[in-house]
Amino acid sequence: MTWSEMQPLLEQACWDTLYMVGWSTLIAVVGGLPLGILLVLTDRGGLLQNVAANKVIGQIVNIARSLPFIILMVALMGFTRSITGTTIGVEAAIVPLAVGAIPFFARLVETAVREVDHGLVEAVQAMGGNTWTVVRKVLVPESLPSLISSTTTTIVALIGYSAMAGTVGAGGLGDIAIRYGYQRFETQLMWITVAILAVVISVIQFAGDYAARSLHRRGAHSGPAPRLRLLKAAS
Amino acid sequence: MITTSGLTKVYRARGREVTALDGVDLHVREGEVYGVIGQSGAGKSSLIRCVNLLERPTAGTVTVAGQDLTALAGRGPRAGRELRQARSRIGMVFQHFNLLSSRTVQDNVELPLEILGKSGKERSRKALELLDLVGLADKAKSYPAQLSGGQKQRVGIARALAGDPKVLLSDEATSALDPETTRSILALLRDLNRQLGLTVLLITHEMDVVKSVCDSAALMENGRIVESGTVSELLATPGSELAAALFPLDGEASGDDRTVVDVTFQGESATQPVISQLARTYNIDISILGAAIDTVGGLQVGRMRIELPGRYEDNVVPIGFLREQGLQIDVPGHESALVKESAK
Repeated sequence: MTWSEMQPLLEQACWDTLYMVGWSTLIAVVGGLPLGILLVLTDRGGLLQNVAANKVIGQIVNIARSLPFIILMVALMGFTRSITGTTIGVEAAIVPLAVGAIPFFARLVETAVREVDHGLVEAVQAMGGNTWTVVRKVLVPESLPSLISSTTTTIVALIGYSAMAGTVGAGGLGDIAIRYGYQRFETQLMWITVAILAVVISVIQFAGDYAARSLHRRGAHSGPAPRLRLLKAAS
Repeated sequence: MITTSGLTKVYRARGREVTALDGVDLHVREGEVYGVIGQSGAGKSSLIRCVNLLERPTAGTVTVAGQDLTALAGRGPRAGRELRQARSRIGMVFQHFNLLSSRTVQDNVELPLEILGKSGKERSRKALELLDLVGLADKAKSYPAQLSGGQKQRVGIARALAGDPKVLLSDEATSALDPETTRSILALLRDLNRQLGLTVLLITHEMDVVKSVCDSAALMENGRIVESGTVSELLATPGSELAAALFPLDGEASGDDRTVVDVTFQGESATQPVISQLARTYNIDISILGAAIDTVGGLQVGRMRIELPGRYEDNVVPIGFLREQGLQIDVPGHESALVKESAK
């Protein structure tokens, strides 16, 4: 295969991967963040202590996390069809990716939020704040550096999952590597996809680490500069 | 201003019960600084956290500024709107400051005002005013991590005052600070108490804290208050452990034919030069073995251990003279005589 033949394939694959991972990350964050916080709040000694609810949510999260992604994808086909109207293609892959990532992210959120000093929660309660205030003003902002790291981890995991999404015809870099690189012995193309994936993952990891560190270090140096640096790192 | 009656807190963990508070009756008058002192595990922390119901008492009532908070609390573990409103009128400062690291100093002070739903302009005006009051006007844009411990606690105090509270609870506010910073924070609390008429309830394990700022004090042991009262009331109580700890005396008699007398000064008598009067009147030599005198609320209070020549029986007249001056006299080793005297 010549480069001019590979280029459009790779370009399309990159966009497909970014599209799938982008949307599923967004859904995972929107779904996993409240779920993770709920896991902390409903736990024994939590602000919304409800041991039964905590057990149920915890079990669902555990089961969803322990399923291999490829099985989850097949198992969810009916659900996927009811949402997207199809079980093949990029849109159809987003559904199982998001469903798989929500519990994954929720556990990471739980760990991050648990790290927040309980004294801060108490301080806000003593000011007359309710549970929602505690979540908004303390738990989320104080665990933000960890939450950003968790999001980075989730994105990287989703890039890995998205390679398997090729099996439902979703395209993407992993799909190219399998179909052309493995099945058609286009070793060169396979190594290019591997290189692209490695670069993409490195960039995401670096940007995530940088953002988390800038936030975490806030105050260790002077001035409000970290906020600006964060914007630059994200763009 | 703060009254607790029969306050009891029992923690249950894995079938075991621990009684942290065992029927505590506390009465803090408006405008005073009240110190609760005790060893760790005595229940001080549970007590102060029961006052704003961060901890739900198992039994008993808490009344702050005429409002029965225990009645507002309801049954559930969550704080209802009325209790939250009541809490917003009670300031609280913590041992470990509990400032949000993600917010600037000013934003930390604004937090209670955000909870109260104040407008942005009002919040920043109030926050800057309070930071000025605690002497940190130039640190408004800093983050807590950039401040020293004493500065952090000043921010904590400014934050506690944001809701214009009448009552300030201080949970070991100086325990994480060095002695000099402790003094400056205590001086600040004292100033606020005077300037704003703030009632302060503080808990501590340091006797110096009680000594330097408190009008009244209580000693806690095993979840009970074993002694309480104003500093001069405590001094006037024979055998008071708190008075003994606040004004420690030591010194042994230099010989068998000597009498050791502990003199407690409080109120008017402290202004009289009684020791030199005694020496001149009876023409005796008096040695001072030890003394602990302080100025509390403008009055000199304290104790002094003196030695008189001769046995106890020889000194009945000079001791009688001291008693006549309105001083409280204890003669160590002659407790029975003392009890007879105080029974009168």
